[in-house]
Amino acid sequence: MNFKNMSVVFTGVGGQGVILASDLLSEVALIHGMDVKKAEVHGMAQRGGSVISYVKFGNKIFSPLVEKRSADILCSFEPLEAIRYIDFIKEDGFVITNTVKNFPLTAIFGKIPYPDNPIELLYKFTSKVYEIDALKIALEIKSPNVVNVVLLGAISKLLPFSDDEWFRAIQKKVKAKFVEVNKQAFSKGKEAISF
Amino acid sequence: MSKEILSGNEAIARGAYEAGVAFASAYPGTPSTEILENISKYKEIYSEWSPNEKVAYEVAYGAALAGVRALAAMKHVGVNVAADPLMTSVYTGINAGMVLVSADDPGMHSSQNEQDNRRFAYFAKMPCLEPSDSQEAKDFLKLAFEISEQFDTPVMLRVTTRVCHSKSIVELGEREDVPYREYKKDFVKYCMLPSSARVRRVELEKRLSKLRDYSNSTPINRIEMNDLDIGIITNGISYQHSKEAFPNASVLKIGMSNPLPDKMIKEFAKKVKKLYVVEELEPYMEEQIKMMGIEVMGKEVIPNIGELTPDIVRNAILGKSVAFEVPKIPLRPPILCPGCPHRGFFAVASKLNLTVLGDIGCYTLGAYEPLSAIETCLCMGAAISQAVGFAKAYKGPKKNRIVAAIGDSTFIHSGITPLIDAVYNKANVVVCILDNETTAMTGHQEHPGTGRTLMGESTVKLDLESLCRAIGVPHVRVVNPNNLKATEKALREELSFDGTSVIIFRAPCIVRDKSVWKKPLMVVNEKCAACGSCFKIGCPAITKDKSGKATVNPILCVGCGVCVQICKASGSEKCKNVSIGYCSDICSQICRFSALVEKEE
Repeated sequence: MNFKNMSVVFTGVGGQGVILASDLLSEVALIHGMDVKKAEVHGMAQRGGSVISYVKFGNKIFSPLVEKRSADILCSFEPLEAIRYIDFIKEDGFVITNTVKNFPLTAIFGKIPYPDNPIELLYKFTSKVYEIDALKIALEIKSPNVVNVVLLGAISKLLPFSDDEWFRAIQKKVKAKFVEVNKQAFSKGKEAISF
Repeated sequence: MSKEILSGNEAIARGAYEAGVAFASAYPGTPSTEILENISKYKEIYSEWSPNEKVAYEVAYGAALAGVRALAAMKHVGVNVAADPLMTSVYTGINAGMVLVSADDPGMHSSQNEQDNRRFAYFAKMPCLEPSDSQEAKDFLKLAFEISEQFDTPVMLRVTTRVCHSKSIVELGEREDVPYREYKKDFVKYCMLPSSARVRRVELEKRLSKLRDYSNSTPINRIEMNDLDIGIITNGISYQHSKEAFPNASVLKIGMSNPLPDKMIKEFAKKVKKLYVVEELEPYMEEQIKMMGIEVMGKEVIPNIGELTPDIVRNAILGKSVAFEVPKIPLRPPILCPGCPHRGFFAVASKLNLTVLGDIGCYTLGAYEPLSAIETCLCMGAAISQAVGFAKAYKGPKKNRIVAAIGDSTFIHSGITPLIDAVYNKANVVVCILDNETTAMTGHQEHPGTGRTLMGESTVKLDLESLCRAIGVPHVRVVNPNNLKATEKALREELSFDGTSVIIFRAPCIVRDKSVWKKPLMVVNEKCAACGSCFKIGCPAITKDKSGKATVNPILCVGCGVCVQICKASGSEKCKNVSIGYCSDICSQICRFSALVEKEE
C-alpha cells in the first residue's frame, strides 16, 4: 500500500482529553494498516497546563515530532492554545479550533491579556481556519466530556479513514459504557463542519 | 504475533515480561513512571514501589544476586540517589541478569535538570543501550538482560522522554522461560571489602575490554550506507530526527553507547566526506570520537541544551535558521488543581509572608504567581536539610518566618534523615509535611504511607505522626489545610516554638479522592466587592469578569471552600442548582457565555 505521510497536531489544556484524541487517531491509522507514531509529554503538564500531542502516520515514520510549518492539521481544543502552537501549521494546512475559551491565571495576573479575537490571529498563518463550538455539541448529547471526540469527528473529514475504522478505534480505546456516547459525539462533530 | 501501539514505557514493560523478568522495582518519576505501572499488570512479575531509587536499585540487585532477572527503573535524577550502590554493583557483577532503566528528560519537561546519564554509564563502566522507538525499547531491554548475564554486569537501558512517551507500533512476543540461577556464596565477588574490591577492580577493566569487542560486533550498532557526502553518527531519538531531516545521508546508528564501537566508528568515518555527531545534551560520543583522532562536527553546530527535533538537526547541519513569529499570548503553566489541599497552606503562608523552602512535587507549583510562596527547589528531601542550614546560619529579617514544605511521598523518599538531623542537632525549624496521601505529581502512585502496594495489596501503613515522634520531634500535630484558621494558628504557634516541630497538613488529593468533592460554589454578584482577594489563591476555577468581579466555573470547582474563607465580603455561597460532573441546562449556559452566576432566590 502507498500512503501519503500526514501529521496532525492536537493542542489544548490539561484535562480536556487531548491525549485520548491523539490515541484514537493513532489507533485508527494502525487499523488502516499505516505506520504511525505519536508524541506527547506527561507529568508536570498533567492538569491545567498547556498540552500538545503530535500524531504522524503514513508509509514510514521516523521522528515522532512534527516540524514547524509542516502539520497538515492543527486541531485545538481551546483558541489560545491554537495560537500558541500555530507555527506548526503548514502554509495551506487546516486549523480546526474549539471556540470555548479557557482563561489561564496568567491572563488575570500577567501583563499579556487574553486576545480579544483569538481566531483572527490564526489567519496570518493559513487561510483555512475553521471554528467549532464543540462544547455546545457535546452538551446536546449531555456529555461535556466528549468535546475531544466531537473535534475528532470534525477533523475526520480531512482524513482517509472510514467511519467503521473510527468506530473500531473507539471500541478499542474507550471504556465499554462510554463507547456509544463517543460514537455519537464523533458523528455529531462530523456533521457540524464542512470544508 | 499481534501488533500494538505502545509507548516506550509500555514497550519496556512488555520487554520485561517477554525477557522473563521476575522482579521489578522503582520510585515514580517522570518520564519513567509508567514502566512499573505497566509491569505491575503482569502477575508473573513481582513489582514494587520502593521508598526511593537507592532502595529500588538495591532490592533489584538483591533479587538478581538471589537468582532471578531483575529490573530497576527511575528518572535520570533518581540515578543520583541510586549512585552509591550502582557504582559498586559493577564491581561485584550480578548472578541473574539486572537492568537499570534510566529515563532522562532532555528539555526538562518535568525535571529540575537535564543531566545526561550516559555519563553515568561511562563513569560506572557499565554497558549502556539506547533504543530509538518503542519496538527497540522492548528488543533492547531483552538484549540488555542477555548482555548482563553474558558479561556478569548490571546494564543501563538509557531512554529519554521522547522514547518513553512517544508511541509507535510494536510486535509482541512470548514470555521467555528463564531458569532460576542458584546463588552461591562468593565472598571475593560479592563482599566489597577492600581486599575483594581490588580483585574485582581488575575484573571490571577486563570486562570492559570484552564489552568493547561486543559493541563492535553487535547488530544494534549498525551502518546504513547511503549518500557519502554527509555521514551522521547518532543515537536514541536523535536517530529518528536525523533520518527525517536527512533521509539520504549515511548513518551509523549507535544502539550501544557504552562502550562505543571504536572500530565501527573509524570504518564509517573513512567512508564519508563530512562527518557529524547528532546527539542530544552532552558531547558524549563526540568527545570519545575526537579522542580517536577523527575529525567530526558535533556541538559546534548541534545544541547541547534541550531536546533536538528534525528541524533543529536540519538547520544546524545546513546552517539555516528559520524563525516564525507567534503572537504574544499569556503563558499557561501547570497549576495546582481547583480544590488542591496545598492551596490552603500556601494561602496562609503568603498571608504570613513566610519563606517556604520547597521540595519536589505538585506543591512546587506554589512557587508560581499568584501564590508565589515556594522559594527554593533543589532535589528530593532538600527542603528540610536546607531549613536546618537556614536555622543555623540565616541572620536576615525573616528569621522566624522560615518553614520547610515537603510532600508525604517525598518525605518518605528523602526527608526522614534530614528530620533526624534537625532533631539531633537541635535546629529550630518548622517542617510542614503536605500530606495528600498519594504520590500526586507523577499520577497517584502508592507509597508506604498509603497502606497499599503497587501490586494492589493492603499493607502496613506508615504512621507519619508516630515516626516523627519516634525521631524525637517535640511538637507534632496534624492540621487540615483547607481550614485556614487552623492552618494559621498552627503555623504561628510552631514558628514561635524554639525547637523542631512538624505540622502534618493532611487532606486527600482531590484528583485521586473524588469522595471529598462538594457542590460547586458560586459568586453572588451583587455582594462581590471586586476586591480581588480570592484571585490571590490562584484557583483555576475562579476568573475575573469585565467589571473585576469574581466568577466561579462550576465545571472546575469542587467546593473546597478555601475561597469562601478568603472572601472578605463573603460573596461565595453554595450553589444548589448545579451539581459537579454533569452539566444541567443552567450550567451549560454559564460555561458557554462565561456569564455571571447569579444565585436563584
